[in-house]
Amino acid sequence: MLEIRNLVVKIADEDKQILNGLNLTVNAGEVAAIMGPNGSGKSTLSYVIAGKEDYEVLDGEILLNGENLLEMEADARAAAGIFLAFQYPLEIPGVATMTFLKAAMNAQRKARGEAELLTPDFIRQVNGAADKLGIDREMLRRPLNVGFSGGEKKRMEILQMALLSPSMCILDETDSGLDIDALRIVADGVNALRAQNRGFLVITHYQRLLDHIVPDTVHVMSKGRIVRTGGKELALELEKSGYASYGEAA
Amino acid sequence: MAIITPLKTAAEQQLVEQFASIKAELPGAGAMRKVREDAFAGFEAKGLPHRRLESWRYTDLRNLVREAMPLVRRPTRPQAIADRLALQTIAGRRFVTIDGVFSADDSDLTGLPEGVTARSLAEALTENPDEIAAAFAPPEVARDDSALMLNAAFAQDGVVIEVADGTELDQPIVLLALGTGASEASIVSRSLVKIGAGAKVTVVELQESVGLAPVQINHATSFVIGEGAEVEHVRMVSRQRAETVQVQSLLVELGGHAAFDSVAVAVNCGVLRQQSFLRYGGEHSRAGLRGINLLRKQEHSDVTLVMDHAAAHGESRELFKTIAEGEGAGVFQGKVIVRPHSQKVDGSMKSHALLLNDGATMFNKPELEIFADDVVCGHGATVAQIDGEQLFYLMARGLPRPQAEALVLAAFVGEVSDMVSDEGVREIVGREIDCWLGQREGAPKPGAA
Repeated sequence: MLEIRNLVVKIADEDKQILNGLNLTVNAGEVAAIMGPNGSGKSTLSYVIAGKEDYEVLDGEILLNGENLLEMEADARAAAGIFLAFQYPLEIPGVATMTFLKAAMNAQRKARGEAELLTPDFIRQVNGAADKLGIDREMLRRPLNVGFSGGEKKRMEILQMALLSPSMCILDETDSGLDIDALRIVADGVNALRAQNRGFLVITHYQRLLDHIVPDTVHVMSKGRIVRTGGKELALELEKSGYASYGEAA
Repeated sequence: MAIITPLKTAAEQQLVEQFASIKAELPGAGAMRKVREDAFAGFEAKGLPHRRLESWRYTDLRNLVREAMPLVRRPTRPQAIADRLALQTIAGRRFVTIDGVFSADDSDLTGLPEGVTARSLAEALTENPDEIAAAFAPPEVARDDSALMLNAAFAQDGVVIEVADGTELDQPIVLLALGTGASEASIVSRSLVKIGAGAKVTVVELQESVGLAPVQINHATSFVIGEGAEVEHVRMVSRQRAETVQVQSLLVELGGHAAFDSVAVAVNCGVLRQQSFLRYGGEHSRAGLRGINLLRKQEHSDVTLVMDHAAAHGESRELFKTIAEGEGAGVFQGKVIVRPHSQKVDGSMKSHALLLNDGATMFNKPELEIFADDVVCGHGATVAQIDGEQLFYLMARGLPRPQAEALVLAAFVGEVSDMVSDEGVREIVGREIDCWLGQREGAPKPGAA
């Protein structure tokens, strides 16, 4: 499903190279976790897949179901099935959450040549998904993410993920800023979306999140490369031994 | 010391000739004649405002007005005016001027709500020249403003509205100023609005042009607001020719315990100077001046404010939002004066601008002159580009770039336009804003998600 080959990336305005020939495959139906210390390039990887412009790709390719993502702008990648749940979801003052959700859903439908959602159908879908995540209706009327707590922002990300129904979900440090109850709600939301035709890339520092979202594969990232790949037990091992043996301080 | 007599520009010389030939025909005998003579003498001594005057630094009228266009005397009424009037359907009482001249036929003069009177300035000047002449006295802080002097000298018509004490209107009073743009001309008008104690009123001023000829507009509206009155004011200057040069002055004398909230919108405004002079005449009054400026090509909007806290316990709030692209230029000059003994004044002034490309410009100049010691006054100004992080977030959800930009820009100015409380007026303002955003290159077509 998602195939990354020899990806070399630097920050656009600087000479700093972040990804150094990264290779990674995530299959349909697979939940892959990426663990690694601060500064190993995990968030950069998620941004580069989603299409952020602050980076320059020097070499390599990213394919989603055979399509080359690097030739697309961020919106086209979203329409192709990529969804990035942000580590720090942006506040957009003045844009009502419902307005934004409808615009996003319809933009993707339009890009896929589908008809726009009728308002009653849209509202039914949003309310249904919001209830499952314990999102207050009142929150949906507020400007997007403005004044939301950390937990509310993360739940809003998962709500968007549920509504946009992507084929490849990338969760960037979704556990950061969450208390244990919020973590469980978010993890339940993610688990409910696990499906045969959908892949997940779960980026995290800690093993804690992986107790709740149990991965099929765990990759260890260091200095812009995947340096080790294993099953879910690898996460437990890392929790004990730290990242020191991968040439970096945790 | 040498005495320097400045040479008059061609436009200034033309204005001297115009005034000499026209002054006997301008309405208002007695005291008004003297007001006009004095105002013009003041203008003649100063000339057109120019960039070496601090308050006109960014809008050099002397340079912009190379030639004084002839004053419109009897405007025509082309079909385009009738068409525009038919489309202008805000629920409320409408009073129309065409090229600055009151049009009784197009105005709602019969069946006015109790406590409201309306007439043309020309009529008021004929009936009560002395009383109306007094209303032309400039506020202290604008005594040297030669654009205002020109307005007093030449203003031939406008609308005079009086609202009696305690009157509460549930629909706005709409002053619709239409320009024919039939030929190159100058339009000088003045409207006077007197709001009685305890009254609650919304006054909307819409300034539009339907024709192709660029014009010179010098309009002023004076508000005198009684004790405890609450006034909401909306002014929108739109649909102007790019070459039109316009000065809009807003003069407000605010009584005690009164409130004045204004939203001023400039979109497709040509070259526009919006100057507001607000004086707190009584204690415990509150005023909010807000505005939106949407600028492209060579458009220019200069917002200059003077909030004169001449009384204690006053509150002032200013918030202006500017979006400029092309070679559009925005100016914000906000001055807050707190007089000695005007204690407990609470002032906050903000100007925020988004520049969408390298050619666009914004000048911000806050000025605080505080002579009392127990006050809270703050100001802030930002100039930025569209937030790339916000754009990426929206695009990562599937919104194409133009649509993501439109959403961010609409939200940026929406903070101000949402403050218009009358629904019909808010809708008209919103439509002009959407239309402007829709004219951006690559903008999503209306109706797109």
